[in-house]
Amino acid sequence: MSILQTIETGLRSLLGHRLRSVLTTLGILFGVAAVIATVGIGQASSDSVTARITSLGTNLLTVSPGSTVFGGVFGGGASANSLTMRDVAGLSDRQNAPDISAVAPVSQGRVSLVSTSSNWSTTLSGSTPDWLIANARSMSSGTFITSADVSTSAQVIVLGATTASNLGAGVGDLITVKQIPFQVIGILASTGSQGFGNQDDLAVVPLTTAQDELIGGVGTVQRILLSATSSANLGTAYAEANQILLQTHGITNPSQADFSIASQTQVLSTAQAVTQTLTILLASVAAISLLVGGIGVMNIMLVSVTERTSEIGLRKALGATPGDLFRQFVIEAGALTAVGGLLGVATGLAAGYIVPRTANIAVTITPAPIAIAVAVAVVVGLVFGVYPALRAARLAPIEALRAQ
Amino acid sequence: MSVGVAPEQEPLIRLESISKLYGSGDAQVAALRNFSLRVAQGELLAVMGPSGSGKSTLMNILGCLDSPTSGRYWFAGEDVSRLSETQLAHVRNRRIGFVFQQFQLLPKLSAWRNVELPLLYRNASDRRSLAVHALETVGLGNRIEHRPTQLSGGQQQRVAIARALVTDPDLILADEPTGNLDTAASREVLAVLRDLNQGGRTIIVITHDPEVAPIARRTVHVRDGQLVQQKAA
Repeated sequence: MSILQTIETGLRSLLGHRLRSVLTTLGILFGVAAVIATVGIGQASSDSVTARITSLGTNLLTVSPGSTVFGGVFGGGASANSLTMRDVAGLSDRQNAPDISAVAPVSQGRVSLVSTSSNWSTTLSGSTPDWLIANARSMSSGTFITSADVSTSAQVIVLGATTASNLGAGVGDLITVKQIPFQVIGILASTGSQGFGNQDDLAVVPLTTAQDELIGGVGTVQRILLSATSSANLGTAYAEANQILLQTHGITNPSQADFSIASQTQVLSTAQAVTQTLTILLASVAAISLLVGGIGVMNIMLVSVTERTSEIGLRKALGATPGDLFRQFVIEAGALTAVGGLLGVATGLAAGYIVPRTANIAVTITPAPIAIAVAVAVVVGLVFGVYPALRAARLAPIEALRAQ
Repeated sequence: MSVGVAPEQEPLIRLESISKLYGSGDAQVAALRNFSLRVAQGELLAVMGPSGSGKSTLMNILGCLDSPTSGRYWFAGEDVSRLSETQLAHVRNRRIGFVFQQFQLLPKLSAWRNVELPLLYRNASDRRSLAVHALETVGLGNRIEHRPTQLSGGQQQRVAIARALVTDPDLILADEPTGNLDTAASREVLAVLRDLNQGGRTIIVITHDPEVAPIARRTVHVRDGQLVQQKAA
């Protein structure tokens, strides 16, 4: 029998059992759609985490008190006051640290800001002009803190875009922090980030002002932000910073360092690993449903072979070879999964369109999971179609004819 | 030795010492024992015998649906007793037309689609016209698009005969063709078979219906897996 004839015969028999064919197809449909949608959701959350972390600046190194990430010994918690302005001065030495372009000491605390119209609780950082460079930020209006502001402990404040709009404050307005009046000198450009660690909800004052009047800790800093001259120089910048800090702290054994240096790329790769794991988990669940759909196809094909035993016997008597019958049943199983797969792609794409608009969950549809889901569906259909088809092909014609 | 075969002509069917055994050891049963038979081109042979006589086994072997345990089977001069399953399928498709007691029509297909079936397995191109022509031959030219359920028993069996005929086979093998039919329908079907035979077609009817014998040119009886009697009509 020609392949076209076999396909026609297979499709006719599927159409002869419409309800059953549709239900079998549904199993594959939802499996494929689930794979596409879950991988899409995983991809979207991975993208958003990556974007959020990248927006913090990929050239950024953060020095924190406490043990380094190298070595097995943790020297102390991050609350240790081991970072000082001497470290800042040492790291700012361009001769010893040619690959570090900005050094921004930071002392941070949670404060309440009060404007004429409202108040707002946010994270306040005391820092230096380099904060802007280290964080790769820019101003939307006004100016950032200057060196003069730091040396005079000026009562000036720079607000994040979200903070400014929540306070209803603009450049030139006065707001109070702990009953101390501050003049708003600038608003940061928005990064577009949202949720936890919102980079648009913060306030920055001169480091000295923060230490003297708001957060305390004169002479020590909580963290030092470093910016490498480029992301390619991140490694050498890391080594230089490590060397300088070991020297200023008088530590000879690097494993006993009382500080740690973390780069955003480390954070990034960790976060990506986490989202990837979640994506794989979700996709595995979806893949299992696809497998279950495949078993459904096999089940129906076995029922079909049993039910059509006498038809198979007749076809054999009329001259169908075992190969003809094998092909017919594989094509029937393949057609069920192919149609289910295509409808599943359509459903998955529809979910990718509807879900972000109704459930506020981002979905990023990429071609790879679509191709993989369809390929898996077709393979599943063929694999699970082979056994029933073999049964059909091997039926002895006389016994099959007698089965009525 | 069989009778009624012109000696100078190779018979269409030559069974030589065919045995068919089922089971093994003590449970072994011989459905056919040392069975020999010749059927000439153009014969209408009735094979009769009670149930359990080996009739069905004979039918399966004659129809190339099963292979004998021992012995040789020549079909039109070709030894078909040792062919593979696929080769047997080709012999069935090209040389033999089957008519079954249960009609074996596919209920979802129209009459001509049923008749077309064997042509699907030989890649014929003008299937519809061949099917329609076969239906006309059995007097059902006006029932081409009818489903089996819309036809009487006699008409259904005539569709089955058309299906056996459509490939222009060397042999039509009918297994109890009247077994499911009332007397009138039986006559209708037997008349069609007789007409086909008079047109030159070799036909073997396996039956226990005594009505069949009068139209047969020769009747053989099978009992306990052996040929017991031959009678030329």
